[in-house]
Amino acid sequence: MKGYAGKFVRVNLTTGETGKERLKEDVARNFVGGYGLVAHTLYNEVPEGADALSPENVVCLWSGPVAGTPIPVSSKYAMGALSPLTGFIGFGIASGGIGSELKAAGWDGIVVTGKADSPKYIYVHNGQVEVRDASHLWGKTTWKTEELIREELFDDEVRVSSIGPSGEMMNRIANITNDRNRQIGRCGIGAAMGSKNLKAIAIRGTGSVEVPDLDELLEFCLDLHQRCRGPATEKYRKYGTPANVLVHNRLGCLPTNNFQKGTFDQAEAVSGEKMLETMVKKITACPACPIGCDHINMVKDGPWAGTVASVDYESLDLLGPNCGVADLNAITKAVELCDTLGVDTISAGATVSWAMEAYEKGLLTKEDVDGLDLRFGEGEAMVEAVRRMCMREGNLGELLADGAARAAEKLGKDSEKFVIANKKMEWGAYSMRPLQTATLGFATSVRGACYLRSGSYQVDVKGTVDRYHLDRSRGKIVYDGENLYSIIDSLIICKFTRGIYKDNDEIAKVIRLVTGFDVDSEEMIKTGERIHNQAKLFNVKFGAGRKDDYPPPRAFEEKLYDDVSDGAVIDRAEYDEALSGYYEARGWNEEGIPTKALLEELGLDTSLGV
Amino acid sequence: MEQKRIIVCDTEKCTGCEICEYMCSIFKEKTINWSKARIRHVRIEPTFDIAIACRKCEEPLCIKACPRDAISEQPDGSVKIDKDKCNGCGWCIEACNFGALKLDWEKKCVATCDFCADLDQPKCVQFCPYEALEFTTLDQVGHEAGKKAFMRVIEELG
Repeated sequence: MKGYAGKFVRVNLTTGETGKERLKEDVARNFVGGYGLVAHTLYNEVPEGADALSPENVVCLWSGPVAGTPIPVSSKYAMGALSPLTGFIGFGIASGGIGSELKAAGWDGIVVTGKADSPKYIYVHNGQVEVRDASHLWGKTTWKTEELIREELFDDEVRVSSIGPSGEMMNRIANITNDRNRQIGRCGIGAAMGSKNLKAIAIRGTGSVEVPDLDELLEFCLDLHQRCRGPATEKYRKYGTPANVLVHNRLGCLPTNNFQKGTFDQAEAVSGEKMLETMVKKITACPACPIGCDHINMVKDGPWAGTVASVDYESLDLLGPNCGVADLNAITKAVELCDTLGVDTISAGATVSWAMEAYEKGLLTKEDVDGLDLRFGEGEAMVEAVRRMCMREGNLGELLADGAARAAEKLGKDSEKFVIANKKMEWGAYSMRPLQTATLGFATSVRGACYLRSGSYQVDVKGTVDRYHLDRSRGKIVYDGENLYSIIDSLIICKFTRGIYKDNDEIAKVIRLVTGFDVDSEEMIKTGERIHNQAKLFNVKFGAGRKDDYPPPRAFEEKLYDDVSDGAVIDRAEYDEALSGYYEARGWNEEGIPTKALLEELGLDTSLGV
Repeated sequence: MEQKRIIVCDTEKCTGCEICEYMCSIFKEKTINWSKARIRHVRIEPTFDIAIACRKCEEPLCIKACPRDAISEQPDGSVKIDKDKCNGCGWCIEACNFGALKLDWEKKCVATCDFCADLDQPKCVQFCPYEALEFTTLDQVGHEAGKKAFMRVIEELG
């Protein structure tokens, strides 16, 4: 079996035992890697009814078959656990060098169970696996942790994924940082690591990555590298993802003031163009990436002078316009705090913006917010609120540390109505009411509100559908997107390269070239469907139903008025119809539960089917 | 005498993608193993990246340091390692100011860049997606710098 190392690491933190297990060929072929193997591992290993912050939870890390090859941006990895934030499947995918380094070390994945009695980190060095003391790293930021681990191992090339103080405190929006600027951001998997006393995973590999035919792979890779320098990736190369700010503002779908508007009157001040001109110090790339989208900002003056952080569109909008903040310095500082203290920037921005709305509505008092001037647009207050949230400091920090949905549960007073989330996970930077196919994709996402599961915003943005209305046919669009994206997230290739592949056949060709499996595009899409259903089954095991697949009340109950939209709102009957259309496309019943027939066809456990 | 050509890295353009390392190992070692690459990417956090290979020094310290006379200078200024003589002691690695030599743990022998001697330009240069690497002479580097400086003046004067 080429493309894979063929084995994975097992670590039981309760006993301190480590071991190796073979990755079976049929599992590899059926679940590919990354997201697929996360879903497969969690479904089989997390017991029903488990608490996400208990030793029963499983934290796993998987690369995919392309990891370590010259396929563009092949260095990605996935991590997963029962999500402390959503209570359903939790996973995230990050770039940086973890995936390729793990492959070079001779492993496809790491599966961690149990709970250590004191802080530990796992060090995988080629064939060796060690559980090492991390007492001296506890309380340290993610950046400091990377630095200290490299120092003590006498090796600058060790790759590290670590949690910050937020993960240690098991804040339910805690993330995991690797290679300084890359994050397993969503679903609070950092909290799951923290609950196991697992501070970090460090990896170093010096072995070769085996593929069936190197010359053939190389020929295709060099062609793909060329395409990565062409028009399909131009916006990522020039402005990075913040190129979206002005595009979305023009379309009226740039979340502003906690999704109360879709246009921001100061959008120019926080645009990708402005950022490139005034903030960007350096453009960097992940290993094996010919695109180079990572725009690293440096704050030149003011109270946060010297701050350096990588700022992407989602972080920029949620911490910027969605908090009414038009100050790139404040946004960059807030991103740095999130990355180093260990909180997801999307959840952070959306949670602070919820608090700002609650404060402006008089539901949070000056005392509740520890004296901060928490009105929309106050950059300094936003930064300080983020810091306190990350550190669980004061009344405000304690209120916000577990995300907007739990903050609203604590506060009450109908503040749940303006939590912009699905499955308790905060919404990404795509407005709900002017992008209704996107909203269907966000709300049906297995991991909670997410734009990356189906990319269904694309038909709205491109104008191929009426984005202000929904109908039954949108379900099929989400279904198709999810099946393909499940493969992309399992291989794992970067979504920014999706435009360089001419069609699905070329993605199937990637699988053939790296694994030698004789897979065509039809089997590949079927595999994507299997992976997605495996993830859904995990959610069914944890009680998911139709009720979990809706956007928040604001989408239905408040009309959107701004520079672009004139009373846009989602019609509940239309949404219901589209949701049923989605279930129908998926072969699920009206409650969103897969049928036994479908599960059998996909080769999945049929016991939870209907 | 013909000027020596070396691999020069524009640190503004280098993104740290390490594709030079991938290509080097693929073309020189016929395997995907960036730890065997003879060009080395170095990142100084948070914003500095460079790829460094042999500098073809006028008085190569690696040659002086080798106790077994395993390293010899070639007509193009690069150095060649005699695999039969090298026993992987690594003194050359310590001596080199640029980290341009590497110990191949499997072969127990040191390797360094030969600038893809049989080709027009090294593969790392050919396939750097950011055009950060150039196979050029130090004279030309100086000339280009002069041109750039002059262009800045012209632009400022309109």
